Amino acid sequence: MSAGGWAVWGFVATALFTGLMAGSQGLGLTRMNVPFMLGTLFTPERSRAKVIGAAVHLANGWALALFYAAALRLWGGATWWRGALLGLGHAAFVLTVVMPLLPGVHPRMASEQHGPEAGRLLEPPGFLALHYGWQTPLWVVLGHLAYGLVLGHFLPGP
Amino acid sequence: MRARQPIEDHALIGDCRSAALLTRDGEVDWLCWPRFDSAPVLGSLLDPSAGGWRLAPVGRTHTSWRYLPGTNVVETTHRVPGAGSLRVSDCLTVASEGEKRRELLPEHELLRIATCEAGEVEVETSIDLRPDLGRAPGRWRDAGALGLRFESGSGLFALRSDRPLAPGAGGARGRFRLRAGETARFSLVYAGDGPAVLSPLGAAADAALLRTERFWRGWSARARYAGPFREAVVRSALALKLLAYAPSGAIIAAPTTSLPERPGGDLNWDYRYCWLRDASFTARALYGLGYQDEAESFVSWLIHTTRLTRPRLRILYDVFGRDPPPERDRPELGGYGGARPVRIGNAARDQLQLDVYGEVVDAACQFVSAGGGLDPDTARMLIGFGRYVCEAWRRPDEGIWEPRGGRTQNTYSKVLCWAALDRLLHMDLRGHLPRAPRDQFCATREAIRAHVEARGWSPALSSYTARLGGGGLDAALLLLPWYGYCPAGAPRMRATWRRISRELSAGGALLYRYPESIDAGEGAFGICSFWGAEYLALGGGTLEEAELRLERLLGHASELGLFAEEVDPGTFAGLGNFPQAFTHVGLVNAALSLENRRERRPQLRHQRAVPHARARPGGAPEARL
Repeated sequence: MSAGGWAVWGFVATALFTGLMAGSQGLGLTRMNVPFMLGTLFTPERSRAKVIGAAVHLANGWALALFYAAALRLWGGATWWRGALLGLGHAAFVLTVVMPLLPGVHPRMASEQHGPEAGRLLEPPGFLALHYGWQTPLWVVLGHLAYGLVLGHFLPGP
Repeated sequence: MRARQPIEDHALIGDCRSAALLTRDGEVDWLCWPRFDSAPVLGSLLDPSAGGWRLAPVGRTHTSWRYLPGTNVVETTHRVPGAGSLRVSDCLTVASEGEKRRELLPEHELLRIATCEAGEVEVETSIDLRPDLGRAPGRWRDAGALGLRFESGSGLFALRSDRPLAPGAGGARGRFRLRAGETARFSLVYAGDGPAVLSPLGAAADAALLRTERFWRGWSARARYAGPFREAVVRSALALKLLAYAPSGAIIAAPTTSLPERPGGDLNWDYRYCWLRDASFTARALYGLGYQDEAESFVSWLIHTTRLTRPRLRILYDVFGRDPPPERDRPELGGYGGARPVRIGNAARDQLQLDVYGEVVDAACQFVSAGGGLDPDTARMLIGFGRYVCEAWRRPDEGIWEPRGGRTQNTYSKVLCWAALDRLLHMDLRGHLPRAPRDQFCATREAIRAHVEARGWSPALSSYTARLGGGGLDAALLLLPWYGYCPAGAPRMRATWRRISRELSAGGALLYRYPESIDAGEGAFGICSFWGAEYLALGGGTLEEAELRLERLLGHASELGLFAEEVDPGTFAGLGNFPQAFTHVGLVNAALSLENRRERRPQLRHQRAVPHARARPGGAPEARL
């Protein structure tokens, strides 16, 4: 696989994922804002957090595209359905493992055990990120599915 | 059917994620774990078969109780004639975030420590856990040194004690004797995650109690109020804090469901959710008392929780900003004092209340006035609320009191639409809302005012009326000066006060919320009564009148300083869910306004210098300060 292919399709897949999540948030289907969650790891200032978070998210997306490329290659070459399956596994991992663990590593996120002290903290996502709206897991799955589909379809095949 | 314990004869303990009610005779008869709105684990408040935990001496006792000063720890003293005296301390343990980083603590812990102070006392304890009011199966198991364990679908409950307890079919029981100086400790913990964290007993339990007392004393000492009603104000602040859900900043209306607003009647609602109508009062109470962190946390919750539905606002949300569950009856439960049905969930979620726009925007304005900043998304959202108000203010709505009889043109809702636009213009004037459609907001605001003055005022009644173009009174109209709509001393406002204080009086300083509630057999409404005192403090009466009114109202608090939603004007018993954040917020705000008046400080600072303006063609509003 060429570095150019990885860079281009990694960017496209990440942009599609981000667009789906931002669109679902804008339509009031979920309150989860991934750039904001990532950016507040670094700064409490909301506007800057979103910019930093978007950059981190893009870098993440690219880095993970490399992982997808390697995984697909080991699997016998990229196909749309293998990409989609990787995306589904990725979404399941994020929703069931990463989200519940996030309050433990995020300096500005409350845990479910927070209190009685008050403070302006991000609310915890909860299992499957359901605290951000009941449709949140659906959009997270759709986003990762789209990400995996793009990479599976456009990266070099068998 | 007579209730086992009067509503007001309960103490509230909590950990800012969950809460329990305790009776004077030593029974915890309400406990929801792990969250305020979780299915109850102990619920004998609503039905004797729904579980409770009693810890008290055997036989007849003379009992007195109190909150330890400045804390949410309850101390009950049982005097047993001819035997001795037993002191029981009850709390849900809490710790600072720093302490939690240093020490592994249970997710939730109900700690009960009984000490014999004199003589020798025979003590009995019995605990019956009934998760989900008896619907969720589970049974006790003896785990030896690890105590008794009760597993149900929602998690593990572990009960440990330094006295022998025997599990049985109906629950766990124990009976033992304590001599002067001896102590028995009981710890019930909840674990949603495994393995459970079990609290040690002995000195560690005493330390947990001291840590809890220390936390609450430190918190309550920060209350910035030095007036004559400090004890009542601080108790209200402590109660309000117990109703705050710390992980998100939300504040629930009350920790209970289905405590009746009419004795034995069917006005039984689930209040374990967050009502937007409380937003502005709650923000003012917290900012006014100097609890900046709590206030900012609450307003942040408010702003972010409404993102899923913007620009439409629902009237209530759960602690994470989601819809509360649909309302359903629990017919198998007898209800408090026979008041049925017991309801879980709340159907008011589907109502339209236009007043919530004013309340939410006013809270955001307080946040800005206290130095908070709005990011572009939030500014856009607030502007979106304004645009929605411009489009929707003429619609009928259910109004602040959530009647289930349909929509009407409520004057208070229109005034709150006016307040929403007024506060938006206020924020715009200070540069917080770039690209706000000022002309539209100004023009609509003036149109609302003209409409209210023309159709919301009745010359025949000499009063603002509950409904446009109709009659009726509404105690919420006392808030018109509160929201800056008119001065408290304005002739129309004074006339309205005279009418309300005469026709909605429930005796003394108590007020009903509207005439229909008198016919319906409801009690006097707590916060409306405090609005009366605050109206006088804001300039509707003299300082002395306001102070006297507030003092008389404080006489209706429970022995521990707590208020339900309503007060029975005949017996002065509490009615409705208990304790009620709305009532305590009303108490705090009335005391703050009174103190501002006494000290000649400005009232409701965020509403000052609001331009009562007409839109200049193509330009900024022309301020008439």
